[in-house]
Amino acid sequence: MPFISALTKRGRLIESHRPWPRVTVDAEIWRMAIAGVAAGEATLLGLWSDGETVHMGLMGGAEILVISLPAPERRFPSLGLAHPPALRLERAIRDLYGLEPEGSPDARPWLDHGRWDVAQPLGARRSVPPDRVAYDFLKAEGAELHQIPVGPVHAGIIEPGHFRFTANGETIVRLEERLGYVHKGIEGLMRNAPLERAAKLAARVSGDSTVAYGIAFAQAVEAARALKVPQRAVLLRALMAEFERLANHFGDIGAICNDASFSLMYAHCGALRESVLRAAETCFGHRLMMDCVVPGGTTADLADKGVGTVRELIDRVHKTFPEFVELYDNTASLQDRTVTTGILKPELARLYGAGGYIGRASGRSFDARRTPGYAPYGELDFDVPLREEGDVDARVWIRIREIEQSLGLIEQIIEKLPQGPVRIEALDAGPLKEAREGLALVEGFRGDILAWVRMGSDRTIACAHLRDPSWFQWPLLEAAIEGNIVADFPLCNKSFNCSYAGHDL
Amino acid sequence: MRKLLFKSLFQRPLTEAPPAENERMLSELTRTLDRAARRRLGRSLSIRAVDAGSCNGCELEIHALNNVFYDLERFGLRFVASPRHADVLLVTGPVTHNMREALGRTYQATPDPKWVVAVGDCALDGGLFAGGYACLGGVSKVVPVDLHIRGCPPSPTALLQGLIALVEKISR
Repeated sequence: MPFISALTKRGRLIESHRPWPRVTVDAEIWRMAIAGVAAGEATLLGLWSDGETVHMGLMGGAEILVISLPAPERRFPSLGLAHPPALRLERAIRDLYGLEPEGSPDARPWLDHGRWDVAQPLGARRSVPPDRVAYDFLKAEGAELHQIPVGPVHAGIIEPGHFRFTANGETIVRLEERLGYVHKGIEGLMRNAPLERAAKLAARVSGDSTVAYGIAFAQAVEAARALKVPQRAVLLRALMAEFERLANHFGDIGAICNDASFSLMYAHCGALRESVLRAAETCFGHRLMMDCVVPGGTTADLADKGVGTVRELIDRVHKTFPEFVELYDNTASLQDRTVTTGILKPELARLYGAGGYIGRASGRSFDARRTPGYAPYGELDFDVPLREEGDVDARVWIRIREIEQSLGLIEQIIEKLPQGPVRIEALDAGPLKEAREGLALVEGFRGDILAWVRMGSDRTIACAHLRDPSWFQWPLLEAAIEGNIVADFPLCNKSFNCSYAGHDL
Repeated sequence: MRKLLFKSLFQRPLTEAPPAENERMLSELTRTLDRAARRRLGRSLSIRAVDAGSCNGCELEIHALNNVFYDLERFGLRFVASPRHADVLLVTGPVTHNMREALGRTYQATPDPKWVVAVGDCALDGGLFAGGYACLGGVSKVVPVDLHIRGCPPSPTALLQGLIALVEKISR
């Protein structure tokens, strides 16, 4: 029997969880799940807590399951011990909720830098004096090694985080990340928040993926409340999501080339990115399309004039982009920097369930638009590009190919766009009979975003968890950079382009 | 590459005219400089961006200032890599407790005279993120702020208006 169905049968089904099953299990089944995940029978989608219970999201084939272990004694068997991708998630659960991952090999805090005036802010809320806490970086031992500390404030216009390099001459022997600097306590702010406020918070988890987060949160709420969104809104959401993918991919390709000091590509890609943002503003009233997707539909509609704007944008990209692709492909000095730099091995991409261009450049063909899939992508025609090399060059090519696919998707969406409403009216009518829960898995430009919500019976959000794709990508950057030179770090880092805000929450 | 460069010789530039002066932003700036400092700075300012907990939305739009449409450097404004080279700190985010020390230290490392521009609605008072255990709620809780540029995120045009107002004020 497949692993996921075997697990489902052995737990107690929670009726109010949609659209995939959630089962409550005991410690024995939890350990069985740990063994299965460690053996590669399922991919870890997420590990989170609501304060009382720990939830593990799993995916095997196209099946998704959440298993939940109540933790009345404030402890649970560690998954990270057998499956390293869970380590940081467990440290975050310990920091925020005070639930102890038993047996975890890493006792260090993660999001808690010792700067808050409470410990376990979403659990026991113990008052503590905010104090400096030294952080033990992992050791690298050997002759002739030196350390380079970088951040949290970086040289560019980017988010804060700390990188600790240990290098032998120019060669990096170990990189360790320390994140959590932009932790805003979003899970705490979401608790008991009215739906409208919670949706705004979700749209600001990671500004570059505001549409994808909007869709993920909305789909989770709509699943919990069994709402059917009008078809026009479904297609408009996809249009916005593909706009977002285009804008970010253009920005990334330009910035990667810029980190190899090839500013010509940077200038041209920057202009393309700007034209996407301007089209978004004309069509939906906001350059990044923030708050355009809400539970129940979209707040912005596409006017007839907007359809023309979309077509002009597509034409412009079709005309100019192939020249830049050719330029990238034929510039030897640029290729010299990107090819064979920062190789991520396919085994690691698979182990960590790395999503987005990072996984797809290392042979993991996962795309949430395909599997489990969600509307309207089932009725649209697109390919999921795949490479095996896993270097910076492969991550650039995946983005180039995805831009081409997104253009095709946008053309299909414009063709199919039906008339009609874009939002369910009367979303707030009447009290809910019971608390309900919903789960969604949505493909942002960076990878799959997991959203889980529990609605209160008074229509507020009782609690929510949003898992950024970066949780499973940041650790891989540490692996990919090993053996590369320090000067290639910006290049590798940009080709990963993990989110700090989305990870730190 | 030659083909592309050749083409751009004949293309009209994409760069747009500067936005109109913004009176509100001009009037918010109260600090002026003595003549000696003005002469030294000229009409040129170096800017250091500090993310103190933003969602990255503001950073994306600050980035856009460098693209060919807005071309920030034509106004004598440029981004620098170190606070020690900066005249202006451009600070985003509701200021998380975890970033408080880094922001304070960056301010200390910036030589006088210096200005702080808080970018975005959450840099003003914490915005949506105010009230939690993790955020201080606004840049002015940690360092003195000379100008707020509102918006979630502010558009590149709004950012330009704010920064141009700052240059005008300093050079007058």
